[in-house]
Amino acid sequence: MPERIYLDNAATTPLCKEALEAMMPYLTTHFGNPSSIYSYGRESRMAIENARKSVAKILNAHPSEIFFTSGGTESSNTAIYAAVRDLGCKHIITSAIEHHATLHTVDFLHCNGEAALSNVNLLSDGHIDMEDLENILSSSEDRCLVTLMHANNEIGNMIDINAVGVLCKKYNAIFHSDTVQTVGHFPFNLRETPVHFITGASHKFHGPKGVGILYINENVKIKPFVHGGAQERNMRAGTENLYGIIGFAKALQLATDGYEKDSAYINELKLYMMATLKKNIHGVSFNGDPEGRSLYTVLSVSFPKSEKSEMLLFNLDINHICASGGSACTSGADAGSHVIRTINNNPNQVTVRFSFSKHNTREEIDVVVKKLKELI
Amino acid sequence: MLKLPVYLDNNATTPMDPRVLEAMIPYFTEHFGNAASRNHPFGWEAEEAVDYAREQVAKLVGADPKEIIFTSGATEGDNLAIKGVFEMYASKGNHIITCTTEHKAVLDTCKHIEKLGGEVTYLQVKPDGLIDLGELEAAIKPTTILIAIMYANNEIGVIQPVREISALAKKRGILFFTDATQAVGKVPVDVNKDGIDVMAFTGHKMYGPKGVGALYVRRKNPRVKVTAQMDGGGHERGMRSGTLNVPGIVGFGKACEICRLDMEEDTKRIKALRDKLENALLQIEESYLNGNKESRLPHVSNISFKYVEGEGLLMGFNKNIALSSGSACTSASLEPSYVLKALGLGDDLAHSSLRFGLGRFTTEEQIDYTVEQITTTVNKLREMSPLWEMFKEGVDMDKIEWAAH
Repeated sequence: MPERIYLDNAATTPLCKEALEAMMPYLTTHFGNPSSIYSYGRESRMAIENARKSVAKILNAHPSEIFFTSGGTESSNTAIYAAVRDLGCKHIITSAIEHHATLHTVDFLHCNGEAALSNVNLLSDGHIDMEDLENILSSSEDRCLVTLMHANNEIGNMIDINAVGVLCKKYNAIFHSDTVQTVGHFPFNLRETPVHFITGASHKFHGPKGVGILYINENVKIKPFVHGGAQERNMRAGTENLYGIIGFAKALQLATDGYEKDSAYINELKLYMMATLKKNIHGVSFNGDPEGRSLYTVLSVSFPKSEKSEMLLFNLDINHICASGGSACTSGADAGSHVIRTINNNPNQVTVRFSFSKHNTREEIDVVVKKLKELI
Repeated sequence: MLKLPVYLDNNATTPMDPRVLEAMIPYFTEHFGNAASRNHPFGWEAEEAVDYAREQVAKLVGADPKEIIFTSGATEGDNLAIKGVFEMYASKGNHIITCTTEHKAVLDTCKHIEKLGGEVTYLQVKPDGLIDLGELEAAIKPTTILIAIMYANNEIGVIQPVREISALAKKRGILFFTDATQAVGKVPVDVNKDGIDVMAFTGHKMYGPKGVGALYVRRKNPRVKVTAQMDGGGHERGMRSGTLNVPGIVGFGKACEICRLDMEEDTKRIKALRDKLENALLQIEESYLNGNKESRLPHVSNISFKYVEGEGLLMGFNKNIALSSGSACTSASLEPSYVLKALGLGDDLAHSSLRFGLGRFTTEEQIDYTVEQITTTVNKLREMSPLWEMFKEGVDMDKIEWAAH
């Protein structure tokens, strides 16, 4: 069987060997429940606290601001519920292209009558309209929660997290940013970033699945989302996913160490794919702002629709090329991508998301583009 | 040669079975896909593995695979069950019945429900740790929507009369939820025979990985629905969103399969060791077994050694035997166990208890060592105890008036 080419790294990434090695002792001999007071428990507790310190240091936050969760979805749910129920936000400002972990949570709170809801306008390149954001903030009578993702998982657009944070501060709003696609891919300096909540999931940066973080700025105090135990300083009950937490910290460390080299390399690949596509396929276009403020890992491509291209993803798969039509979290539904629909409602195009990691090569890109040329 | 420390706290967590880890490894490495990716084989392999694990989990508890919702653990399961039922059945009522010896995950969630305007009845338990079925029936109101009683207690191991509880719930049209974290994989649990509507359990208590659990939600007679507590991509049929922890789920499935196949053998062996330990320790003067001796998990024994401080006892052999005086989730506090207090034990007995949780990897040599260590430590501590001296001199301790301090 020929080698598969995996270009769906925004859905999930392969676990790196070093992270698995770091996890192994905690999958075997060091199995104690971190809440137990004897040696087995104490060594688990120590490992978790060291992981927390390591994560905090990398993000330039205080360890007491880092909470381990089961993943990005839980983290975003916790932050959004807390902002509305504990921090007095009665008006949620978001955008139509957020991840469903945000949109469905926000919808639930809105339908339940707990908060008003506004969608900030999007510009044609998919960026948010900062002027509109300020207008909504300034005209709101209630305290606002602004929830805008740092980088969009389908088109790669990034917000200026500092600029949004400054606006939120000006209007005393709470700011949550879904940073699942950027933690582990960009440096963070949370001490200098005006944001109340950010989220992370290690399986997006070569760490294990089933573990994430929620950063909660020390100036906000919220109530727990999952009840029933004193874990995570009373904030998140449940026996800790010990090996997962160790893997999270290790993967983040490795991603940070390799950031400059890997990001330059991956960005190069993305630009190379753009150039090669433009050269070889007539009528191809790119969604979002791929050469501007954008994730270096994601390229959203629209191909002209034809009889052949309608089955594009299917045909890519037959040719051992793994890509996706949009977010994995909704890829089962026939509804199509809500993100693409919002920014590019052109029925005569077929959109594919290619997302890269450091394991991809130019040769792979050449194979993919060649195959695409045949398929279109 | 005996390897120290001896681990006798399998109610807190269990070591992973090597067969479980072996099953997980490929999903940490080559099969790394997101189970929700529908357009390529990495996704399909992951989804297939999750489906297979769902069958393994379902089979252990006699459920249909479609009735299994994967979670991050039993605490999340408890939260989802109680909050989810409370929200979904709000139009039917707002009253929940539980009992005082439940795990904190249930009790704290119930406290939260009270803040939301729900009404909760906390049943007392009898001195043997079991609930009184008459009291349960008497507590039912027209507004009762849920009975939440754990299958087996985490501190004393007693097994509640689950079938009687479920029959009563069914008769009155009330849903029955059970936190079966300690029971599943250890004793036969069958959601149909036991009449369970919703049930939470977890991997790391049955030689599987931490960070993964399941919530059983009945689909037929009656069809039960719970309101999702985590919204997002609509995974797990909309009841629990979030990228699936594929390796964890695979490990959990394997752990369930091993438990199903090995349960009878394991239980026979572990129970014999438990009984040996218990009988030897109850030979010690003024030692008392806590909880019902018959209706009980086969691997658990909770014993109080009067006139000995439990924490002192733990410190005595802490380095050599990993044991706890109660639930791990509350073991950092020095408060006596609320479960033992609920049985009516005084502070003296509640403070002097040890919970022994044996497991698949416990050996006879470890048990012999434990008996010897504990007997020695208890005797040594009592030699230093003025209370023990007074007791031996025949002073009636209950009549002593203690000075306030």
